[in-house]
Amino acid sequence: MASIKLTINGKSIETHSGQTVLEVAQTAGIYIPTLCYHHALPPEGACRMCLVEIERQRSLQPACTFPATDGLVIHTHSPEVEATRKFILEMLISDHPLDCMTCDAAGDCRLQDLAYEYGVKGGRYQDGFKHSYEVNDPNPFIQVDRNKCILCHLCVRACDHVNGVEAISVFYRGFNAHIGFGADGSLQDSPCEFCGSCVAVCPTAALSPKLASGKGRSWQVEKVDTVCSYCGVGCKLTLNVRDDHIIKVESTWDGPANHGWTCVKGRFGFDYVHHPDRLKKPQVRKYLLDGKKKPKSRNGKLWQWVETDWETAINITAEKLRTTRDKFGPDSIGVLTSAKCTNEENYLMNKLARQALGTNNIDHCARL
Amino acid sequence: MPRLNSPKDLADTRLHIRQICREQHTVSPFIYVGMGTCGIAAGAGEVEQTIQKELSAHQIDAEVIPVGCAGMCAREPLVDIQLAGKPRITYANVKPSEIPEIITEHIINGNILTKKAYAQLPEHRHWLEKKSAAENLPSYHELPFYSKQIRIALKNCGMINPESIDDYISQDGYRALSKAVTGMSQEEIITEIKDSGLRGRGGAGFLTGVKWEFCYLAKGQPKFVICNADEGDPGAFMDRSVLEGDPHSLLEGMTIAGYAIGAQEGYIYCRAEYPLAIERLKKAISQAEQYGLLGSNILGTNFHFNLHIKEGAGAFVCGEETALMASIEGRRGEPRPRPPFPAVSGLWEKPSNVNNVKSYAMTPQIILNGSNWFKGMGTERSTGTAVFALTGNIKNTGLIEVPMGITLREIIYEIGGGIPKKKKFKAVQTGGPLGGCLPETALDTPVDFDSLTAAGATMGSGGMIVVDQDTCMVEFARYFLTFASAESCGKCVPCRLGGQRLLEILTRITQGGGTLDDLEEIQYISENMRAASLCALGQLTPGPVMASLRFFREEYEAHIVDKYCPAGVCKGLYSYEILEIQCRGCGLCIKSCPSGAITGSKKEPHVIDQRKCIQCGACYDVCNLEAITVIPKLETIEEIRTNN
Repeated sequence: MASIKLTINGKSIETHSGQTVLEVAQTAGIYIPTLCYHHALPPEGACRMCLVEIERQRSLQPACTFPATDGLVIHTHSPEVEATRKFILEMLISDHPLDCMTCDAAGDCRLQDLAYEYGVKGGRYQDGFKHSYEVNDPNPFIQVDRNKCILCHLCVRACDHVNGVEAISVFYRGFNAHIGFGADGSLQDSPCEFCGSCVAVCPTAALSPKLASGKGRSWQVEKVDTVCSYCGVGCKLTLNVRDDHIIKVESTWDGPANHGWTCVKGRFGFDYVHHPDRLKKPQVRKYLLDGKKKPKSRNGKLWQWVETDWETAINITAEKLRTTRDKFGPDSIGVLTSAKCTNEENYLMNKLARQALGTNNIDHCARL
Repeated sequence: MPRLNSPKDLADTRLHIRQICREQHTVSPFIYVGMGTCGIAAGAGEVEQTIQKELSAHQIDAEVIPVGCAGMCAREPLVDIQLAGKPRITYANVKPSEIPEIITEHIINGNILTKKAYAQLPEHRHWLEKKSAAENLPSYHELPFYSKQIRIALKNCGMINPESIDDYISQDGYRALSKAVTGMSQEEIITEIKDSGLRGRGGAGFLTGVKWEFCYLAKGQPKFVICNADEGDPGAFMDRSVLEGDPHSLLEGMTIAGYAIGAQEGYIYCRAEYPLAIERLKKAISQAEQYGLLGSNILGTNFHFNLHIKEGAGAFVCGEETALMASIEGRRGEPRPRPPFPAVSGLWEKPSNVNNVKSYAMTPQIILNGSNWFKGMGTERSTGTAVFALTGNIKNTGLIEVPMGITLREIIYEIGGGIPKKKKFKAVQTGGPLGGCLPETALDTPVDFDSLTAAGATMGSGGMIVVDQDTCMVEFARYFLTFASAESCGKCVPCRLGGQRLLEILTRITQGGGTLDDLEEIQYISENMRAASLCALGQLTPGPVMASLRFFREEYEAHIVDKYCPAGVCKGLYSYEILEIQCRGCGLCIKSCPSGAITGSKKEPHVIDQRKCIQCGACYDVCNLEAITVIPKLETIEEIRTNN
């Protein structure tokens, strides 16, 4: 990559080719507002918020797609650029519900932030037609509210480029263009796998997690970084926690294993955490704890599960394995491990089976 | 017919075809029937069937040749008859009932049916035996419609059978290709096209040769040659006429372009609403493949080139080159920002060259006749000719090809014959729904890329719509805006939402609900759409509105301030009145009035009862004495008086 020199807002920047103007500006700490841009997805140039003035260019150019080349002289906040951005926001707001007071995205909405930054209020085109789409997608995970959609195509790109499912597309044209699923049916009936990547990148509340609806705004939650407990990939998640309850899973883009993307379980499968049936301590049958013989009846007290501590539970398990091995031989035991365990855990189970128990009867659920 | 394996094969074939044609012509007359979509719509199908019937009834062995559009749409159906040693004679507006007389008189008796004959073409098929011109019948070049035209892209339209490659070859077809692939290097072709000054006929006017050079120099294989035949402007049919009337000229031009830039594959993106054009293109491609003029080892060289047709599904925006390529790839037809330009990264991210039908169709002529010949026509910065579809309130609607630099006045009044029914000219819209309208004061503007843009309109791809005094310019702008905003793909914000808001304001004005602030708002939205939209569709959508506001501001103000539509178009904003001094009491208006609003005795001035009048305009249309005028609504006048 050739080294290039360009000027942004009078500041001379030396960098390398192969980047867009936006990337160069961001690296140099120069702010350019965006709506349809996401660093993890290919640029689209649709929203026109990142338009900048580039000398010797006929018209304003989108910074997110314009290649940075040697000698460019760029103005990111000239009066013309700022006036155009304001117009874009006025247009977007003219077909937006403006219900920020009750919107789940308030405080975490790029449209809201930019409208605030540019002092754009509703009203200029209040007599104009506003869409009134029904909000009724029956799926259990994702709230679809097309009235709040700004058609940035981020969801479409996330679905196409990250998950490869292509469940989301744009339907119809012009003012009637809107995002739709499958053959413009419900998300429920589309090929959607509910990975929630679309939700993660949506800049408004057009696609939002149903489970979090009404549970808290961004400034009311505590953000807790964690690793997903579902499988061995080790996806990094950021939990939004309010009053000790997880209300949603947010993407953290620096997660080395998943770069912010998740599957349906990591994104939406956290309800088990607070489920009343969740086991929080190990349990053993009462007869084992009491050191008695296995009862014939399964209805009696001895057959019941009893909470205990980890050491007791593990000791009982180990003892039972040992006696079974000694009595019936190692091959009387089979070990089945899980994709929920890490590689290291699976490795240890392998060691346990082959060396401690002495059997090759070990398998893994992912082999199915 | 065997493959043509060398330029000599082609030349021999040409001579052979001409010889056969000459021999055939000595025994059988040639009858040409205009069978473009325009001709067929005017009844050419029935005319052709009647001719066949009549011929077999008289046992005449004549060759009936279907041809494309000759341009005189107002005079379709056109039937031309050519007897051996005689010029080709054109009969215009032919009805099936007139066929027996024409055939009897012209073919059997050998006399031109003078009362019906319209013009003659003595120079047609110059290689036929020498022809003597008919007396007392104007030649095509003497007709006002043709006298100022120079036909390059339309050279063969209406002249040859578009479904016969032999007919095309007989008219020097594929000679340019032969010259290019066997006698010129890629660079030489590009230089020739660059020197000719040919600018893209799709509307943007970028230098075709420079575009080819970018693509030639671009790294990456394969490369693609793409023809944009997604002609979608309302009232435009230039490309369709070339596709239907002379498809081989496009094929030849694209093949030359493919050779020049180093491409082996080409796509013709044609809208599916042109079924006849697609059918003829398919035939043309298969014929050219059989002759070895497409496919592998063209004319025995190492050059291979294949052409594919992609039918567009009807989105206007797919005429934008990046949306067009997305559509070929099977994606939603949405434009993407440039750079990268298609020449560097186009179809499937490979170097691609996209040109309009007419640009390609002109290419063979430039290669054959040289860049100086082409440059000799037109103006310095807009060389050659421009093709226009002349429509609207004009006498000679049709398809014309004129040298660049001709004035609008010459086109409208000389070629077009002026405005019918003695009405007054009001405006001419060039550039289609994304262009602009120009008023009478701009009629002396030369028609070229730069002058039209400077005057406030655009060249566009060749739509030219003339409107008369009865057209409301606000409604006219609203019509185009309705079209353009409905055809917006919806990808970028300014076009998707700006178009809608602009349309709402214009609708409000045409309904009498506008305010003077709305005019500022129109300006504001328009300027921002122009500055911020992603592609030319969004940038030019406000064009007709801005042009009409610039040149016809008083009409906007009349709608807003006086609640009056001076043209009598916007419902509720006008009423009709009978001028006492003009009215002779003929009663035509009384008969035409569907609501019984007009009364009056014979030979006495009539009166309209405003309470009964529904402003349908029937009386206005039938009155021959211009006695009926459009006036503001009476309630509005009274309201204004009261307020004052």
